[in-house]
Amino acid sequence: MKENMEKEIRLMKGNEALAEAAIRAGMDAYFGYPITPQSEILEYLEEQSPKRNCVVLQTESELASINMIYGAAGAGARVMTSSSSPGISLMQEGISYIAAAELPCLLVNVVRGGPGLGTIQPSQGDYFQAVKGGGHGDYRLIVLAPATVQEMVDFVFEGFRLAEKYRNPALILADGALGQMMEKVELPAEGSLPKVVPAWATTGKTKDRERNVITTLHIQPEEMEAMNLRLEKKYAEMQCEVRYEEINTSDAEIILVAFGLSARISQKACDLAREKGIKAGIIRPMTLFPYPSNILAELAEKIDAFLVVEMNAGQMVEDVRLAVNGKVPVHFKGRKGGMIPTPEEILVEIEKIVIPKQVLQD
Amino acid sequence: MIRTDEIIIAGFGGQGVLSLGQMLAYAALMEGKETSWMPSYGPEMRGGTANCIVIISDKKISSPIISKFDSAIILNQPSLEKFEKAVKPGGFIFYEESTVLEPPTRKDIESFKVNAIEEANLMEKKQVANMIMLGAFLEVKQLLKSESILKALAKVLPERHHHLIPMNEAALSKGREIISKLHHSLV
Repeated sequence: MKENMEKEIRLMKGNEALAEAAIRAGMDAYFGYPITPQSEILEYLEEQSPKRNCVVLQTESELASINMIYGAAGAGARVMTSSSSPGISLMQEGISYIAAAELPCLLVNVVRGGPGLGTIQPSQGDYFQAVKGGGHGDYRLIVLAPATVQEMVDFVFEGFRLAEKYRNPALILADGALGQMMEKVELPAEGSLPKVVPAWATTGKTKDRERNVITTLHIQPEEMEAMNLRLEKKYAEMQCEVRYEEINTSDAEIILVAFGLSARISQKACDLAREKGIKAGIIRPMTLFPYPSNILAELAEKIDAFLVVEMNAGQMVEDVRLAVNGKVPVHFKGRKGGMIPTPEEILVEIEKIVIPKQVLQD
Repeated sequence: MIRTDEIIIAGFGGQGVLSLGQMLAYAALMEGKETSWMPSYGPEMRGGTANCIVIISDKKISSPIISKFDSAIILNQPSLEKFEKAVKPGGFIFYEESTVLEPPTRKDIESFKVNAIEEANLMEKKQVANMIMLGAFLEVKQLLKSESILKALAKVLPERHHHLIPMNEAALSKGREIISKLHHSLV
């Protein structure tokens, strides 16, 4: 039996909202293994699947999950898996294979503090892993960074759409706080994301087309390089999908760059700074790959300094420095190990940067 | 005027701290306000500490995690020690009488002692102490309507517990009553 879900407004936890969105986005199958702080995704889907027309399976390990994703994507299904940091590390081999096989799927990492088993508290310490590879070889994921429970919903739809458009795995990079918190969400109607015809699927050869082969082995280097060039071209084409939010940048002297939860805390810090007469603005990357480098380069011509705020030891700051290319100083404020920065401590950093300059001018 | 309320609710696990926060958030949603509910989560269990931050606003909420609060609803001593200093000057503390033996000392905030556990025991349902705290909070802050809280309760409580709604409604009124009596005696 299939329930027909219309558009509606609810108060939901980030994890549950994401799971509900996946069903409404027409997900055919989910394979996952529980880990805090995202186990509600699996729990919610297990509860819903009997009445919602999708396959949900708790696997014996993350390796099984990602390889089932590989198989189901190869069969043309719309598929998702989710985990948290240590579990995503276990999946990296499979992710590299899926990227090489050019199959669409949606991956969700509700990040916790690391390295190692780390802590179950929220972190952004998996930025490098998400945007710079993680698995082996020259590949890229489409990486979306939600900052609200609403975006936990919206980016599921966007993630599936982009994954299928480019035949590439997409990753939602959230964090433990976004998974656990509740906010108002508007859920799109079920069936609002059209199904694509999976031209790549190995569902049995028909007379009107060539054989579909899914492989990641290209033993001849000439063949492998041709494959690499094709991927490179595809990743370049993805640049048009860059998305970011820009707040109070037009008159800004200092701009904070932050994604996800850090961006919301930074926004509060900017509001406090404005109350003190400091012209602070924000760039919040919503896509981490492709990265909004162009807007940062443009703003570097007009402002005095950037401050990058992250819940890690300094990862995205490297991409900001690449984009800014030495034109203005790029400062960094990070909390690590599952600790969350407060708006007040970010404000202190803003004042450290802006006030010495004002004193000089006086 | 745009109103924003930044609230911390803290106590022992099992006292209904997280569900009290959820009721505020649901009720705010029903009144068309913006809201966020951020729980502490971790290796916590019954008897350990639990808290949640609830923000209710007429405008979009920036950070769901904050360190200064307009109001604190406190259900045990360790939570008071942790959060008394986090209340903004001019803010409010609502604390449960029997579990907070050393009351707040700050003079730049308003404190309300609520004998919620005692009253809940009189109602022969100790689990409704959190609703009494909520009633007291709402009466002072004039934030949300009781009817929205009751609608919220139907969302927070699993359906098998819906027969407890009238009891919770009575507890909510009791909390409001404690405050209005207090005001009366002050006059």
